[in-house]
Amino acid sequence: MARARLGPWLLVGACLVLAGAALVSVLIGPADLSPGTVLSVLVSKLPLGYHSHVSALDSGIVWQIRAPRVVLGALVGATLAMAGASYQGVFQNPLADPYLLGVAAGAGLGATIAVAAVPGATSWVVDPVPLAAFAGALVAVALTYVLGRSGQRQRTTTSLILAGVAVGSFFTAIQTYTQQRNTPTLEQVYSWILGGLSTADWQEVGLVVPYVVVCGAILLACRRLLDVMAVGDEEADSLGVKAGRVRLLVVAASTLATAAVVAVSGLVGFVGIIVPHTVRLVVGPSYRRILPLSILGGAAFLILADLVARTVLSPAEVPLGVVTAFVGAPFFLVVLRQSRRAS
Amino acid sequence: MNTFDRLGRWRAPRSRVRTSRARPPRGLLTAGAAVAVLASLLAGSATQAAIRPDHATRHASAAAIGAKRKPPNRIISLSPTATEMLYAIGAGRQVVAVDDDSDYPADAPRTKLSGLEPNVEAIAHYNPDLVVVSYDPEGFVKSLAALGVRVLLEPAATDLAGTYTQIEALGRVTGHAGRAAALVRRMRAEIAVAIAGAPRFSPPETYYFELETDFYSVTSSTYVGQLLKMFGLRNIADAAKGASSGYPQLSDEYIVKADPRIIFLADTICCGQSARTVAARPGWGNVAAVRDGAVVGLNDDIASRWGPRVVDLARDIEAALWRIKRHRGA
Repeated sequence: MARARLGPWLLVGACLVLAGAALVSVLIGPADLSPGTVLSVLVSKLPLGYHSHVSALDSGIVWQIRAPRVVLGALVGATLAMAGASYQGVFQNPLADPYLLGVAAGAGLGATIAVAAVPGATSWVVDPVPLAAFAGALVAVALTYVLGRSGQRQRTTTSLILAGVAVGSFFTAIQTYTQQRNTPTLEQVYSWILGGLSTADWQEVGLVVPYVVVCGAILLACRRLLDVMAVGDEEADSLGVKAGRVRLLVVAASTLATAAVVAVSGLVGFVGIIVPHTVRLVVGPSYRRILPLSILGGAAFLILADLVARTVLSPAEVPLGVVTAFVGAPFFLVVLRQSRRAS
Repeated sequence: MNTFDRLGRWRAPRSRVRTSRARPPRGLLTAGAAVAVLASLLAGSATQAAIRPDHATRHASAAAIGAKRKPPNRIISLSPTATEMLYAIGAGRQVVAVDDDSDYPADAPRTKLSGLEPNVEAIAHYNPDLVVVSYDPEGFVKSLAALGVRVLLEPAATDLAGTYTQIEALGRVTGHAGRAAALVRRMRAEIAVAIAGAPRFSPPETYYFELETDFYSVTSSTYVGQLLKMFGLRNIADAAKGASSGYPQLSDEYIVKADPRIIFLADTICCGQSARTVAARPGWGNVAAVRDGAVVGLNDDIASRWGPRVVDLARDIEAALWRIKRHRGA
C-alpha cells in the first residue's frame, strides 16, 4: 500500500503548478499593467514595510479586482474538484459530479426567486441572491437525501442518485416557470446562472473560505475511508466502516462547500468531473492521492480557465462554464488516451 | 454535464430578455436596418421607418396609405417606444391595446400582449386595424398580414433622424400628420436648446455608459452614443475590442483603467444601480467619476427608447453636466 500514499514531491510539484497559475493569472488582464507594477502592489501588501509608488487606480485594479478574482477562482476550483472526487468515491460512479444530488437546480431556483421577489436587491448591503442560492442548494440536497433513502432497505446508491435527478428536474421546472413569469428581471438570473467570477471581491472570498476550509478538512480526513468504500458497502461494513454514515458525512461536507462556492460563482460545470478523473488517471485509484491533488489541480485549472475567460475576448468576458468545458473536455480525452496506451 | 446542457438552454432567452428593456438590441439594429431598406424600396418612400403595407397597398407610397384609407381606430402597439409616439402625436384615443412593456404614458391600455413573444391569435382577438411593432420574430408580421391586418414595423432607430422619420410615418398612417410634424419640430428645437445650453469641457470629458451590471456599454455610433457626442463627450468604449457591434462588453479592469470622468448608469431601475453602489464596487473608489461625484443615474426606459422622451434624456444630460461643471469649479 506504500504506493497509495502521497509522496512529498508530488505534493510540492502540485503546489508549484498552482502557484505558477496564480502568478501568471494575476499578471495578465485587460488593464495592461506591467509585471513590475503588479508585483510592486502585491509586495506592498505583505507585512514588509514596503510601500509601492503605484497609483491608487492601478493598485485598486491589482488588489481589489484581479487578486480576489484569482483567489476566489482557486477556492471555487478546489471545492468543485474536491466535491466531485468525493462524490465519485462514495457513489462509486464515475459520472458523479458535485451537482449530482440537485445542488445546481436548488441554487438556481433560490437565486431566481430572490431576483424575482426583490428586484434591484444587488444594491443591498448584503446581496440576498447568493444567500438564497446557498439555501436553495441545501434544501434540494436535503430533499434528495430524504426521498432517496425512504422506503428502500437494500444498500444501494441508485435510489439516491435517481432521487437527485427527480429533485433536480422538479426544481428546474419551478425555476423556469418563475423565470417566464418575471421576464424583466431575468437578465440578472442568467448572468448569475451562467457562472463566472467577474463580481469577485475580498468579501466574497471571506464568505466562502470558512466553508471550504472546514469541509475540505473533513473530506481530507475521510480519504482513507473512501478507499475502503471502494470495495463495496457490505465489505466495508465487515471491515468496521459504517458505509451509510460515511456517505452521509461526505455528502454533507461536499454539498455545504459546493453550495457556498456556487452561491458566489454561479454554476461552473465540468470541473468536478474532469479534474478528479485526470488526477486519477495520472496517480492511480487511491483517494489518499486523488483528494489532495484534486484540490490543488482544481484550483490551478479554474484559475487558468478564468484567465482565458477574461482575456480571450477582452474586455468582454466568456462565461466560465464555456471555457471549462471547451478546454477541459479535449484535455481530458488526451489524458484518457495516453493512460490507455500506457496500461 | 448538467450545467453544460443548461448553458445551451439558458442562453437563448437571455438575449430576449435584453430586448425586453427596449434598448436597441444589437442583432435587431442590423436586421431592422435591412428591413427598413427593403421596405422603403417596396413602398417607394424614403422613410427610414419600415412600412409593411398589406396586399392592398403594397405598391402605394407611405404617404398614400394614410390618404387612401380611413385612419385606423383600433390600433395595437407592441412597442413601448411606438406607444409613447402614438400618444405624443394625439393618436392615443385610437389605441385599443398596448403590450406588457408599454408603461408610458400611464393611461395607455396596457395588456398582457407581448411584443417579444407575440401571439397572433391573442392580437387578432382585439380586432385591430393597425398593429405597430418594433420587432418581427419568426414571420410574425407576415402572419398578421395574412389575416388582413395592417402592420407598421418601426425597429429601433439608429439616430435622431430615425426617430423623427418614425414619428412622421406614424402621423401619416394614423391621420395626425400635422401634429406629428409639429412634435418633430418641437423635439428638434428642444434638443438643440439642451445641447447649446450645456457646459463645454476642455479637454472633453470622457464617459462610461453602463447598460447592465455585467458592463455592457454603448459606443458613440449608437443612438444614445451619438446624442452624448453632440454634448461634446468622449466615450471610453469606442476603443474597446468589439466596439464595432455598437454594444461592446467591457470589464471592470478596463473601465477602471480608462478612468472615465463621468459615468452614466442606464441600469438604475432594472438592477438598482446608483452612485452609491458604483462607489462600493471593488477598485472603483479611485475612478475620477466616482471621486468627483460625477456618476449620473438615468431612467433605464428613457435611455433605451427612441421616442419623444429623448428630449427628457437630453435635458437630464444637460442638467447633469451643469452639476458636474459646478462641482469641478468649486
